[in-house]
Amino acid sequence: MAQKLLLEHINVPGINTLEVYRQKGGYRAVEKAIKELSPEDIVEEVKKSGLRGRGGAGFPTGMKWSFLAKPEGVPRYLVCNADESEPGTFKDRYLMTHIPHALIEGMIVASYALGANTSYIYVRGEMMPQIRILERAIEEAKAAGFLGKNIFGKGYDLELYVQPGGGAYICGEETALLESLEGKRGNPRIKPPFPAVSGLYNCPTVVNNVESIAATVPVLNMGGEAYAKIGIERSTGTKLISASGNINKPGVYEITLGLPVEEFIYSDEYCGGIAGGKRLKAVVAGGSSVPILPANLILKTAKGESRLMSYESLADGGFATGTMLGSGGFVVFDEEQCIVRNTWNFTRFYHHESCGQCSPCREGTGWMEKVLHRLEHGHGNMSDIDLLVDVSKNIEGNTICPLGDAAAWPVASAIRHFRDEFEWHVLHGEEAQIRNYGLAHYADPLTLVE
Amino acid sequence: MLSVKKNEPVEFQDTLIAKFDEVIQRYPEGKQKSALLPILHLVQAAFGWLSVDAMDKVANYLEIEPIEVYEVATFYTMFFLQPQGKYVLEVCRTGPCCLVGAERIMKHIENRLGVKENEVTTDGLFSWRGIECVAACGMAPVLQIGPDYTYYENLTEESVDQLIDELKNKQAINTRP
Repeated sequence: MAQKLLLEHINVPGINTLEVYRQKGGYRAVEKAIKELSPEDIVEEVKKSGLRGRGGAGFPTGMKWSFLAKPEGVPRYLVCNADESEPGTFKDRYLMTHIPHALIEGMIVASYALGANTSYIYVRGEMMPQIRILERAIEEAKAAGFLGKNIFGKGYDLELYVQPGGGAYICGEETALLESLEGKRGNPRIKPPFPAVSGLYNCPTVVNNVESIAATVPVLNMGGEAYAKIGIERSTGTKLISASGNINKPGVYEITLGLPVEEFIYSDEYCGGIAGGKRLKAVVAGGSSVPILPANLILKTAKGESRLMSYESLADGGFATGTMLGSGGFVVFDEEQCIVRNTWNFTRFYHHESCGQCSPCREGTGWMEKVLHRLEHGHGNMSDIDLLVDVSKNIEGNTICPLGDAAAWPVASAIRHFRDEFEWHVLHGEEAQIRNYGLAHYADPLTLVE
Repeated sequence: MLSVKKNEPVEFQDTLIAKFDEVIQRYPEGKQKSALLPILHLVQAAFGWLSVDAMDKVANYLEIEPIEVYEVATFYTMFFLQPQGKYVLEVCRTGPCCLVGAERIMKHIENRLGVKENEVTTDGLFSWRGIECVAACGMAPVLQIGPDYTYYENLTEESVDQLIDELKNKQAINTRP
């Protein structure tokens, strides 16, 4: 059994209540932080832990915290990004639904470390049930004296509020999220200035993902050095993986970083293999934005080494033969899935969600959607395939925020690895309406167990 | 295209205003515009959609220009600028859900309700639409129904039929004299 730091008590009845959460050791980190440690000590522990942002970018959390500007007399803010809208990702919803106090405890620890007296949890609007759950948890924590004025008589004040979004993928981008929290359209801001200098209400602000904030609790409880010993290379600790698609056991799994991908897909402890005894065709390993990989490249790197669930191993080979851990949204495709159709689906998503500020993204995503639509529906030309590559290249790197890249990468990678499937759609347009291309040479390299 | 031309006069009850008052306490003084999204959710929960008059009254309450409300209401997909069915079935149509049959579910809902996406059934009870990823990919296919945003997971044609029947029956019970 792998070590569980976040989901250890997930199946304990009543773990969503403060009482049971405390019985299982909850709020120890808050007591330790506010009674025994200085804010600087905590930042130092988080730095030592090697914890990297769990929302997708993988930026070291401790370093992000240390960048926070601290001008005299200006309030500082911590904002939790619970917008969770990367297709394939549902870990934060799971954590907030079942163990809301893990996030509340992390918010108190992190707010104290950053010197924030008002903190917000920005939750996507569709998660109204989770918003109610968090609000109830905040009331409980406040009644128990973990929130409010002069916590533990140590002179530290903290108020915590939950803010609903309105259904916009772009608000997962931190500056769009801040705009939204200010009651505006979710248009990302031009950086610099970074939020660490000028964020919410133009004050220094840190924006962290739900899982990153929750992970600071075990970091503090066990100490940064002990946390850093878990995992592999610069992928320390555990990570929540959202597993979906054509697998036997979709769900959220906490893994120790460094777990072989093959074990994750086929072991009964995790995904339990491909549903219906079918074969593996492809995987999107870190949410819809990261490059899709065919079965052979997700199980082994181009060098023939076993591919691991870690920031480094998934990125091995760059975009030519690798991908990214991203948000941990692990979407599995069986042999019957159509890569062209899925790429069209994802691109329609990005077109729908583009905020419209930057022309390359606003126009480019629409063009890609149209071209993919005609390829999928049997009206495409051979030149369309290179046109898609061309458009994706003209979006990538040319936008204010990473949504442009996120829209470009799935298209570029699908063509890179599944070009003959796109060509087949052009050459056999009518047949493509009736059947899918199937596995072809991306065949699951594992021999089927008889 | 989205439009804000639809209108219908509304009256905000004191209980609703009291909720607004509670929400604006969360933000620093002078930053009451931050309350816009939470307040629009409250208004939509009360009236089912956002009419121009409702948005103007929100602007008045928050002491901001009406355009500041319109631009937000048109940006975020959760806000309805047209009257909807009493129950809006919102089906996730993004990749992971489609891998396990979301398109089939949408087709089934369209046939069962007999209305196209974004249209309202003649009894005013239902409308439906495809929406983008709602972070429930492991329980796909999934649909949600506001204003509480209850999730219905691992959908099949049968479970969708059952849900629609339940909602119809619930309605019949509610309207019984």
